[in-house]
Amino acid sequence: MSIIARNITKTFGAYTALNDVSLDVPEGKLVALLGPSGSGKTTLLRIIAGLEFSDPGSGRIDFHGTDVTDIPAGKRGVGFVFQHYALFRHMTVAQNIAFGLTVQPRRERQSAEQIQARVKELLKLIQLDDLGARYPTQLSGGQRQRVALARALAVQPKVLLLDEPFGALDARVRKDLRRWLRQFQREIGITTVFVTHDQEEALELADQVVVMNNAKIEQVGTPQEVYDQPASPFVIEFLGNVNRFAALGHPLPGAGPDVIYVRPHDVDIQRHYEGEHGVRVRVQHVFSAGNYGRVALVRLDNGDTIDAELSRVRLKELGLAAGDEAHVVFRHIRLFPAGAFVERDVAADDATPAVVDAGRDI
Amino acid sequence: MASAVSSLSRSSGSAVRPLATRDATWVRYTLTAVALGFLALFLLLPLVAVFAEALRRGLGAYITALKDPDGLHALKLTLITAALAVPANLVFGVAAAWCIAKFTFPGKSVLITLIDLPFAVSPVISGLIYVLIFGAQGWYGQYLNAEAPWFPALQAWLIEQDFKIIFAVPGIVLATVFVTFPFVARELIPLMQQQGNDEEYAAITLGANGWQTFWNVTLPNIKWGLFYGVILCNARAMGEFGAVSVVSGHIRGETNTLPLHVEILYNEYQFVGAFAAASVLALLALVTLVLKSLVEWAHARRTA
Amino acid sequence: MSRSHRSVIPGFGLSLGLTITYLSLIVLLPLSAAFIKTSGLTWEEFKTAVFSPRVLASYRISFLASFAAASLNCVFGLIVAWVLVRYPFPGRRVVDALVDLPFALPTAVAGIALTALYAPNGWLGHWLDPIWSSFVHKLADVFPFVDWVGLLGAKLAFDRPGIFIALTFIGLPFVVRTLQPIIEELEPEFEEASASLGANRWQTITRVIFPQLLPALITGFAMAFARALGEYGSVVFISGNMPMRTEITPLLIITKLEQYDYAGATAIAVVMLVASFTLLLIINLLQKWSRRHHAV
Repeated sequence: MSIIARNITKTFGAYTALNDVSLDVPEGKLVALLGPSGSGKTTLLRIIAGLEFSDPGSGRIDFHGTDVTDIPAGKRGVGFVFQHYALFRHMTVAQNIAFGLTVQPRRERQSAEQIQARVKELLKLIQLDDLGARYPTQLSGGQRQRVALARALAVQPKVLLLDEPFGALDARVRKDLRRWLRQFQREIGITTVFVTHDQEEALELADQVVVMNNAKIEQVGTPQEVYDQPASPFVIEFLGNVNRFAALGHPLPGAGPDVIYVRPHDVDIQRHYEGEHGVRVRVQHVFSAGNYGRVALVRLDNGDTIDAELSRVRLKELGLAAGDEAHVVFRHIRLFPAGAFVERDVAADDATPAVVDAGRDI
Repeated sequence: MASAVSSLSRSSGSAVRPLATRDATWVRYTLTAVALGFLALFLLLPLVAVFAEALRRGLGAYITALKDPDGLHALKLTLITAALAVPANLVFGVAAAWCIAKFTFPGKSVLITLIDLPFAVSPVISGLIYVLIFGAQGWYGQYLNAEAPWFPALQAWLIEQDFKIIFAVPGIVLATVFVTFPFVARELIPLMQQQGNDEEYAAITLGANGWQTFWNVTLPNIKWGLFYGVILCNARAMGEFGAVSVVSGHIRGETNTLPLHVEILYNEYQFVGAFAAASVLALLALVTLVLKSLVEWAHARRTA
Repeated sequence: MSRSHRSVIPGFGLSLGLTITYLSLIVLLPLSAAFIKTSGLTWEEFKTAVFSPRVLASYRISFLASFAAASLNCVFGLIVAWVLVRYPFPGRRVVDALVDLPFALPTAVAGIALTALYAPNGWLGHWLDPIWSSFVHKLADVFPFVDWVGLLGAKLAFDRPGIFIALTFIGLPFVVRTLQPIIEELEPEFEEASASLGANRWQTITRVIFPQLLPALITGFAMAFARALGEYGSVVFISGNMPMRTEITPLLIITKLEQYDYAGATAIAVVMLVASFTLLLIINLLQKWSRRHHAV
């Protein structure tokens, strides 16, 4: 079941939550809506679910080619998992899961035995076979999350929508559950959209990432696309750490104040360097604990700080200490003049810079 | 100003505190003694006095006083009044809390203030305004006496039935509804606002209709608050004196509620009778306090 | 309904419609009747009705007694609330429940019970009255206002002190119940910080705790005061109901009604309503202030 949202605008008084947003979610995919709080991602999800409505005269939602814009939430066939789960406090886990089946009109309702069987099946699926008689307050956060998921799935929705599904969980549970959800989604192949503000979560989990900011979609692409070919300064800054500084030495003709972005892992540190693209730096601090080494550097020419990440082997090889002077070379930079952007790969051996920009040569 | 009346959202105090926040022992004992002394003097003693005065001439006299037919009639009228006023305000309270807690609309805070209004009005005035509308000199009286009224058939019917509102049961019920108006709504509004709408949304995405959502999801979540509001509303409905006194006309055996019956007996120096009737009301008050504490206790346990 | 107002949760029109209809019929329309009735009076008639000496005396009595009772409740309410929250003692829950007695006990019952206690031949009255009268005489030597508010020679019941006693009973829970949650939520960190900075307990209480309780205390005072102004049932039994001396304003309204002076009664009612609504407004503002103050 594919989802198409067209020209969705949503305002709350003077505040614009979504500004003419369109989105395609292909069938069977796991899609992340990623953005900071206030970017409109949750509003978009709720409009897809039918929990909110776009402004009068704007927007249309299609599920698999059928216009569902005016179909109420309960009839759209969506499974919605709420950020804080919204489990019914006064019902047991089993009653929660069965709820959607028991409120169906009598003619369409399954028999009590069928419902019970379905609940049992779902409890097995979420690996909580023995906890059907518990109340939500007696469960851990991760367990509640899975119950919420089972409850949403019980009515066999055509699409699954999750609002910050791991937001309220601690780091370790979050990781386990993330893996579980991914596997689970692959197995049943349901079209799934989830909202998150955690870029790591989006990149790790999703087939497709939709980066949102200021009521607009900034970029849509696979995790690799949005990470390696960010469409805007916002995307590059939001997805992981990045060094940002004003371009020196290579200003583009006719452009405004250029901004250069370099990922810390694209910063190469060399003790001795003779080439043209090097920048002289002083080592400020070396962080040697952790998965990889990190070095905080200061440019000698303008005082900008640069963060570098390198393997611990390489760090050991360099033998850097605070106060040392060195050179850095950027392996890959992204340059954003006002309105457009340029990307170039700079070979470590300092060959001619390769320009990788859509249709524009420098 | 009703927030002090409704205190279900209160948690009970924590028992153990760190040392820096403890007062010296003598301070604790002194203040505790002062507080308990004050409460004993102003709250406990009057309560004890009611029962002691009622039993002053012995149990036999007390029982006889309780069996007074006028008193029994007054008790019946009090129960009828509460049985009409409480459900009316219950339905209203749920409707008001539903629209205020679940939706945003302009003028909401004004509406909340207006719901509180009856708490700010003196009970005497609460009765008076109904006299102004329904009394012989009021709009209703003018309607009955009008030469060319709207709906002449209605006028004729009302005159034929001798349908009285003031100095009759309808007036008593109306005045009681007025003074107990905010109790349920005041209890439910903050509770439902605090609970948010997520569970309702969840029910709706799962295909429940409005009624199923209210009955299966909202109501179980607010039942304690609802019960709490009803207890307070009922206590006030049964005990209201000032407002009812203005509209009742004090017709013995007809329009006397139990509190009014207490007054009549007292003014006739039938002290045992007055205090016997008062002891019934005091007992109802004690039941109210016990139920209220039980609800608070159940609520605190659920939210803990 | 237009799409912009559409909500997924049903029942908006029904619940709002019901609320507004019921509110209008039960509250707004009857209250407006008082104002409409009064607007039929000329200014002279209105002035005679609401500013005659007997009416003015009733305002003074109602105001002073309510003010005094609310003040006393502030002192003891603060102590009671503090003890109930901070000092665990056996039976605390029973005592805590008992604080609500004035809400639950019908005012007429409270009235006759207090009268039975404080009447000259009552349980407390027969030995408190002499103590009280000698106390008042001594007090009057120092503070002339004792005479001015008419306490000299007054017995406890069937005179001005009786009004004060009844209104104290009525108002106590307002102060306690407003303060209790605030005291419960006081972060121990404030007191610990104060203590760690070298303040002694008294300094901590007066300079750290009390200022945090002040907004709630004022709110509680205003609520108790507002309730006392309108109180009728508990007062009429104990006050003696002497015109110019112990006739409170609500009683005067009833008296006028019994004399079929509807216009006069209504005019006084309007004055009281305006005072009550002003107080309600002040209380709402105070509560907003208290919440904001407490949130910081």
